[in-house]
Amino acid sequence: MTPVRILPAILLCLLPFSLLAETPEEKGLAIAQEADRYDSGFRNYTNDIRMILKNRQGQESIREIRSSTLEVDGDGDKSLTIFDEPRDVKGTALLSFTHKTGPDDQWLYLPALKRVKRIASDNKSGPFMGSEFAYEDITSQEVDKYTYKFLRNDTLDGLNVFVLERYPIDKKSGYTRQIIWLDQEHYKERKIEYYDRKNVLLKTLVFADYNLYLDKYYRAHDMYMVNHQTGKSTRLLQSNFNFDVELTDRDFDKNSLKRAR
Amino acid sequence: MLIKCLRLFVAFLLVPVLPLQAGDWSGYVAGEFLGFTENPQFSSQYNSYLSIAAEPEYIHEWNEGDDIFTFTPYAIADNHDYRRTHADIRELSWIHAADNWELTTGISKVFWGVTESVHLVDIINQTDLVVNEDGEDKLGQPMANLSLIRNWGVVDLFVLPGFRERTFPSRKGRPRFGVNIDTDRVFYESGAEEWHTDFAVRWSHYIGAVDIGIAHFHGTTRQPRFIIRPAAINPATGTVSEINPLYEIIDQTSIDLQAVYGSWLWKLEAITRSGQGDRFYSYAGGYEYTFVGVLESQLDIGVITEYLYDSRGDEIKQNKALQGKPFDLSPFQKDLVLGTRLTFNDAQSTEVLASVIIDLDGGGQSYNIEASRRFGSNWKLSLEARGLSNVPNDSVMASYKDDNRLRLELARYF
Repeated sequence: MTPVRILPAILLCLLPFSLLAETPEEKGLAIAQEADRYDSGFRNYTNDIRMILKNRQGQESIREIRSSTLEVDGDGDKSLTIFDEPRDVKGTALLSFTHKTGPDDQWLYLPALKRVKRIASDNKSGPFMGSEFAYEDITSQEVDKYTYKFLRNDTLDGLNVFVLERYPIDKKSGYTRQIIWLDQEHYKERKIEYYDRKNVLLKTLVFADYNLYLDKYYRAHDMYMVNHQTGKSTRLLQSNFNFDVELTDRDFDKNSLKRAR
Repeated sequence: MLIKCLRLFVAFLLVPVLPLQAGDWSGYVAGEFLGFTENPQFSSQYNSYLSIAAEPEYIHEWNEGDDIFTFTPYAIADNHDYRRTHADIRELSWIHAADNWELTTGISKVFWGVTESVHLVDIINQTDLVVNEDGEDKLGQPMANLSLIRNWGVVDLFVLPGFRERTFPSRKGRPRFGVNIDTDRVFYESGAEEWHTDFAVRWSHYIGAVDIGIAHFHGTTRQPRFIIRPAAINPATGTVSEINPLYEIIDQTSIDLQAVYGSWLWKLEAITRSGQGDRFYSYAGGYEYTFVGVLESQLDIGVITEYLYDSRGDEIKQNKALQGKPFDLSPFQKDLVLGTRLTFNDAQSTEVLASVIIDLDGGGQSYNIEASRRFGSNWKLSLEARGLSNVPNDSVMASYKDDNRLRLELARYF
C-alpha cells in the first residue's frame, strides 16, 4: 500500500502566471501535476501503519501493518504490505504494482498455505482489511487515473487551499467524484470528500500531523476517514518513516512476497 | 557423496543453533469438534470426535531480512483416532536471499497451483491427510531449494532428501476408506525406500495478466497406489482386512496457468505422470468471477466453476485390486465443481465458501461449506460442513456416504 501521496512545497509566486487563462479542467490538472511533480524523486521508503477501525457502537479493532514503497520511473509505484495484527492474518502480505494507466497487478500471499494468489484487478472499490479505506484510496494516486476540475480558492483551518474536483477514469471505481482540499503552500492534501456511485457523499478523509522528510516529502501521520452512511470510521496512523533505505525491484517480487514474515 | 553431504547438512539443520538475538513467536492453539449426523458404517467409528492442536512459530531475521530462520512445530491430539494424534515439524529452515538468487535449506513447505477444488500440480510436500480430508495440510519436507531469479522468470531447483509417508486415519477415524489402510506396512518401488532423494525443477513467470509455472518432478510419489497382500484376503469369504500403500518412483510434468481479466480469474492446472502403471494425465480448469460490492454493500460474491478430469479408470470397479495388482483411489474422473465465495469485507473478516462437486459419470455429489469469522482480535471460529449424496455403492466414495459432518474449530492466535 502506498500511503496517499503528500504534496510538496512549491514557490507560490510562480503560480498565478502559469495558471492564468486556463479552463477549470486545465487548471485542476495543472495543480494535480504540480503536486505529483513535487512528491516525485523520493525513490523508496518504509513505514509502519496502525489502523483503528471503529463501528457505529464505538467498538474498536486494530490492524498493524508494515509497508515498503518503491518509486518506478515512468509508471506507478510498487508496494509490499505485510500484516502483523490481527494475529490470525499475521504474515499475510500484499504485493501491488500500480500502473499509470490500465489495471494494477496485485498478488496476495497466504502464509498458512504458503500460497500466492493473484487478485482480480476490479476489486479496487472494496474495503481494505474491513476498514473504511477502499483499495483505491490507499494505492498510489497516479495523476492519470483521474480527470480534474478546479473549483475555487478557499481557506481551511486558516490555510489557503485549492479546492479541486476529480473524476475516476476507471469505471470500476466506487466513486463518481472526489473533492480535494490542497494547501497552497505545500500542495499537501488536507481533506477529501468521496461521493458514491449515486453521487451521494459517502466518506470524508481528513489529513493531519504532517511531517517533513528529506526536506521535501510531506507525509501525514494521521488520516481519519469517516463513513457518513454507516457511521463507521477508520483512523490510519503512520509512523517510523524511513526514506534512507536501498530497496530494489527484488524487494517487490513474488519471492519477496513469499519471504514476507 | 554429494547427496550424503546434503543429508548431513539437513541433519545439521535439525539441531539448529538458535540465533542469539531474541526472535518473534506467534501461532495458534485450536480446539476442534467433529460431529456426524448419521451412525457410522463401521463399528469401530464414533459419532463425534474432539481434538486439540497447536502450531507455534518462531521467526528470526537478520541481515535486514536477507536471512530468515523459521521454526514451526505442530502437534494434534485426537480423543479417538490415535493416528490423528501426532506431531510434526512443519518448518525448520534457513532462507538466504541474495540479489538474483535465494536458497532455502531445511524443512519447509512449498505450494504450487491455482485452482480451488483440487491441487494437482502441488507435489513437493506430502499431504497430512489425517488433519483434514481437504488435503491442504502438509507435512514438513526436507529440502534444499535454490531459486534463480532472472528477468525471464524464476527457476527453482529442488533436492528433496527423504520422503514423508502420507498419513491416513486409523480404523477408529472418520471419515475413512472402508478397508483399513495399514500404514505400518508400506511398500516402496525404490530399494532406498524413504531415503530416495527426489528432484524437482520449476520455471515460473508472470507476463502482464498471466502467471505461469512449468515443473517436473522425479522421485517418490506423494499419492500412493495400494496393494492387497494375499494374507489380507479371507479365503472363505473373499473379504479384505486391510490394504497397504505402495510408493512408486514417478516422473510428473505439470503446468499451472492463471490469467486475470477484470473481474475474471481464469485457471488451469494439468499434469502427466508415469511410473504408476500406465502414464496418465489429469487436469483442472475453470474460472472465478467476482461481483464486487453487491447491491451497493461491502459484500463480494465470487462464482467458481471448475472442471476436473483424470484419465485413470475407476479401478475399484474393474476389480483389478483382487487380482493382486496395484490400484488407486482417485475419486475425480470427470467432475464439475460449482461454488461461491462470499467475502463480507467486515472488521471480523467473515468469509463463506460453498461448493458442490458433481461426478458427471453418475458417481453422486459432494457438498462442502467452509465459513470463518474473527472474534475479538485474537479468536477465530471456523466451520466446515461436508457431505455426499447419491453415491453408488461401487464408488470409491461409498465408504464415506454416511459421513455427513460438521467440523467446528475455535482457535486462539498469539
